Amino acid sequence: MPKDNATGEFRLIGTRPNRPDGLDKVTGRARYGADIVAPNMLHAAVVRSPHAHARIKKIDATKALALEGVKAVVTRADLPKGLTGEDLNLQENTLAGDVALYDGHAVAAVAASSALLAQDAARLIEVEYEVLPHVIDVDAAMAKGAPVIREGAADYSVPEGMHPNVVRHMEFGHGDLEAGFAAADLVREQSYKTEATHQGYIEPHACLGQLGEDGRGEMWVCTQGHWYIRRMSAAVLGIEAANLRVTPSEIGGGFGGKTTIFMEPLALALSRKAGGRPVKLVMSRAEVLRATGPTASASMDVKIGMTKDGKITAASVNFRMQGGAFVGMSPIGEALPCAFACYDLPAVHHVGYEVLANRPKAAAYRAPGSPMAAFAVESLVDEMCRELKLDPIDVRLKNGAKEGTKSSYGPVYNRIGLVETLEAAKAHPNYAIKLGPNQGRGVASGFWFNHGGETSVSLAIGEDGTVQVSIGTPDIGGSRASIGLMAAEKLGIAYEDVRVNVVETGALGVNEPTHGSRATFASGKAAVEAAEQAIREMCRRAAKEWDIPEEAVEWKDGAAMPAGPNAGKFPPMSIAEIASKMGSTGGPISGHHEVTAEGVGASFGTHVVDVEVDPETGRTTVLRYLVVQDAGRAIHPAYVEGQYQGGAAQGIGWALNEEYVYGEDGRLQNPMFLDYRIPVASDLPMIDTVIIEVPNPGHPYGVRGVGETGISPPLPALAAAVAEAAGVRLRSLPMTPAKVLAAMRARKG
Amino acid sequence: MTKHHVTTIVNGETVEFLTEPRETLLDCLRDHLGLTGSKEGCGTGDCGACSVTLDGVLVSSCLVLGVEAEGKKIETIEGMAAGAELHPLQRKFIEHAALQCGYCTPGILIAAKALLADNPDPTETEVRYWLAGNLCRCTGYDKIIRAVMDAAAEMRGVA
Repeated sequence: MPKDNATGEFRLIGTRPNRPDGLDKVTGRARYGADIVAPNMLHAAVVRSPHAHARIKKIDATKALALEGVKAVVTRADLPKGLTGEDLNLQENTLAGDVALYDGHAVAAVAASSALLAQDAARLIEVEYEVLPHVIDVDAAMAKGAPVIREGAADYSVPEGMHPNVVRHMEFGHGDLEAGFAAADLVREQSYKTEATHQGYIEPHACLGQLGEDGRGEMWVCTQGHWYIRRMSAAVLGIEAANLRVTPSEIGGGFGGKTTIFMEPLALALSRKAGGRPVKLVMSRAEVLRATGPTASASMDVKIGMTKDGKITAASVNFRMQGGAFVGMSPIGEALPCAFACYDLPAVHHVGYEVLANRPKAAAYRAPGSPMAAFAVESLVDEMCRELKLDPIDVRLKNGAKEGTKSSYGPVYNRIGLVETLEAAKAHPNYAIKLGPNQGRGVASGFWFNHGGETSVSLAIGEDGTVQVSIGTPDIGGSRASIGLMAAEKLGIAYEDVRVNVVETGALGVNEPTHGSRATFASGKAAVEAAEQAIREMCRRAAKEWDIPEEAVEWKDGAAMPAGPNAGKFPPMSIAEIASKMGSTGGPISGHHEVTAEGVGASFGTHVVDVEVDPETGRTTVLRYLVVQDAGRAIHPAYVEGQYQGGAAQGIGWALNEEYVYGEDGRLQNPMFLDYRIPVASDLPMIDTVIIEVPNPGHPYGVRGVGETGISPPLPALAAAVAEAAGVRLRSLPMTPAKVLAAMRARKG
Repeated sequence: MTKHHVTTIVNGETVEFLTEPRETLLDCLRDHLGLTGSKEGCGTGDCGACSVTLDGVLVSSCLVLGVEAEGKKIETIEGMAAGAELHPLQRKFIEHAALQCGYCTPGILIAAKALLADNPDPTETEVRYWLAGNLCRCTGYDKIIRAVMDAAAEMRGVA
C-alpha cells in the first residue's frame, strides 16, 4: 500500500471538484440513447404479447408491409436457430418463439420511415394467439397443479418431486444448526414476501443500429456495458461479435437494468433486412415496465435463535424467488449469501429455490437479491430485539462480522467496516432524538460483495502535458470525476489537466459493464496502474536526456527529478516539458492496464429511519433518514453521498410504494409512472449521510465501491419503524397506506 | 397525412416546422428542431423530463401538441444559459453534485427556474412540492433541493 494511503493525506482525493461532464448535462448538450440521428435512418416499433402466456399460432404482416414507408418486419423466423443456454434465453426474450411467456413479450418488430408510421404498422401486424394458463406468484408457481411454463428446464440440483417450474436449488452453510437452536433462549420463525420492483431509470432504453450485407455493423446505445451489448446482440443474431462496433451514449440511469439486452438486436435485424439502413428503436415507458428489468419477487422463511442478552446462536433461511419465465434470472444465488453476511454466526444454513413465472425476464437491480434478504433477516432480528427489549444496534454490534470472521457464505473477511458503521449510527444525533406519538424508529444493516471484473484502461500523455484517460465503464453517476481525481493524484498534476472519456468497443480491450459497484474501484485501479506505467516511461525519457540511469530518476509533483544527491544536479523536468518533446525522445507516451481486477473490498452499511404513520389513513411519512456506510475511501465525497442517498431513496420506494400489480389475466396493471409510484421530491426528507473510511487493502487508494449496499437496509428499517409507529409488523412489501391501515384495524379487532 | 406548418418562437428565435397533427411538442422540439435537451421519460406527463415553458407557463411538452405551439413563446433548456454564462441554477447543480445520470436535469432546471420566477424565496417544502412532478431516480433529491435553495439565495443576493 502506498504511503499516502496509510496516512490518508492526499492532494486531490477527497476533494469535490466539478464533474467534467456536468456542463453538457446542465445545458442539454449531453447525448443520450435517443438523442442521435443517422443519415437515411428508419424508426422501429415492437409488437408485444397482450397475454401472460399464449401460443403464437400465426403472425401476418401483410397489411403492415403494404403501407408506404414500411421497410421491414422481423419475427423469430428471421433469427438463427440452435442457440443454447443464456444465448437462447436472450434470443427468446428478444423475440418470442412458439410461445409468448409474459405480458409485453416481443413478438415482432417493424421498421418504417417515421416513428409514428412504425407504430401504425405495428398495430397492423396481426398475431393469432391461443391463450394458455398462466401463473404470476412465486409460491403459486411452485404449488401442485400450477401451469408448467417450460417443461424440462430444471437443472440437476432440483430435488425430485418438485414442480417443473422449480428450476434451481441451492443449499449451504456451516456449524451445528440443531445445537445452536437448542442453546438459544428465544427461537423465532417468520415468513416474509417482497413484490417485484423496477429499476425505474428515467431514460427508456434506446438504440440506433446498423447492420450491412457484409455482416458488419455499428450501434449507438444507452447501456452500462457496451461489450456486453456487443457479445449478446451478436449471439442472438448469429454474427461475430468482432464485426460489431458499439458506442455507448450518455446513460440516463441503469441501476443494473442496462447491463443486458432487451431490444437491441431488433434494430440490427431490421437494418439488415432493410438493406443496411440505420434503425432507431426507442422504448416507451410502458414497454420499459412491461418488458425490461424488474427484479425478482420473493417469498422467504427465516429462523433465528438468540440468547436473552442478544447473542445469535443459530440461523437459517429458506428463500423462493422468481425472475420471470427464464432460467437463471432470479438473484437467488446472491440473496442467500447476503442474508447473514452482516453476522458472525456459529451455525447458519441456507436453502434457496428459483422458480419460473409468467413475468418479464428479470435483470440486475442494485445489489441484486440483497434487499429482499435484508428485509427478511433484519426484520426478524428486529422483532426479536423488541421482544427481548434489546437495543437493535447493540445486538448487531454483539454479533457483527469483522476482520477474521468466517462469513455466512464461506470466505473469511479481511478488513471490513460494519462495526464502524454501527458505532457511528449509534453516536449520531438522529439516534438520540425523542420520538412523538405515532412515530417509530427503525435500524437495519446491509451488505454487498462488490465486484472487480474485466477491465481495460488506456492513458495518453498529450503534447501539452495534459492527459486523456480512456475507460470502458459508462459513467452513470460521476465516475469520470473520481477516476480523473485518482489519475491526477498519481501523476501529480491538476485535476483539470486530466480528461476521462468513455470510449467505444473498438478503442479498448474488453470491459465488463459498470456493475457490481466496480467502475471507480476497477477502472480507477487500472487508471492508476496505467498512470504508473506512463510515469515510468517519462522518467526513462528524463534519464536519457540527463544521461543518468533510469533508477536514478523519481517522479514527484508532476515532474521527473533526480533521486537523491548522487544522481546529479538537474532541475525537475515537468510533464509538460517531457510531453512537448516526446516526438524526438522516442515517440508518444501512454500507459495502459488490462486486468481482471481482484482485491474487492466488501461493503457494509447501517441505516436509521424515523417515520410517522397517520392512524387515519395508514400513510407513512419519512421524518428523517440516516445512511452510514463504509466507502473504503471516498474519492469524490459528493458522489459517494449521492450513491448513499439514491440507494436509500430506491429502498424507501420499494418499502412503501413500488410494486408490480398484476390482474387476474396476468397483465401488468401499472405500467406507467403514475401508478408505478417511485418516490417524488415531496415524499422524502433530506437524507443524512456519514461516510466511514476503512480503506480496502486491495485498491491503491482504498476504494471499496459504494453503489449498491444502500438499497438494502431501507426495506427492513422502514418495516421496523412502521412497527413501532403503528403497532403492526408488516411482513410483506410494499407497506402501502391501505395495507398498513388494514393491519391497524385488524389489530384493534 | 397532411402536415401543418407551425411558426413559433423558441428561446427567442422564430422557427418553423411541419408537423403531423398528432405529434407532440416534445417530438417537434427533438425531431424537427434538433433540440434534444428536453427528454422523454414517460410520454404521459408523469416524470417532467420534458418540461418547457409555453408563454411562460411550465408544461410537460409531451402533453402539448406541436400544432399548439403556433404563435407561442417556448423556452427550453438550450436557452437557459445567457451565451457562455450559465444560469445560477445550472452552476449550482454542478457545484452541488445535484445530478448523477443527468437525464432528468434539463426538466428539473426548467421547472426550478419557473419556481424561482414565481417565488424567489421558497421554503424547502415549497421546493419539494413544486418539483414533485419531476422524477429523479438517482439522487434521492437531497442535493437537488439544496442546489435550488442555494441558487435562489444567490439570485436574491443574500449568498
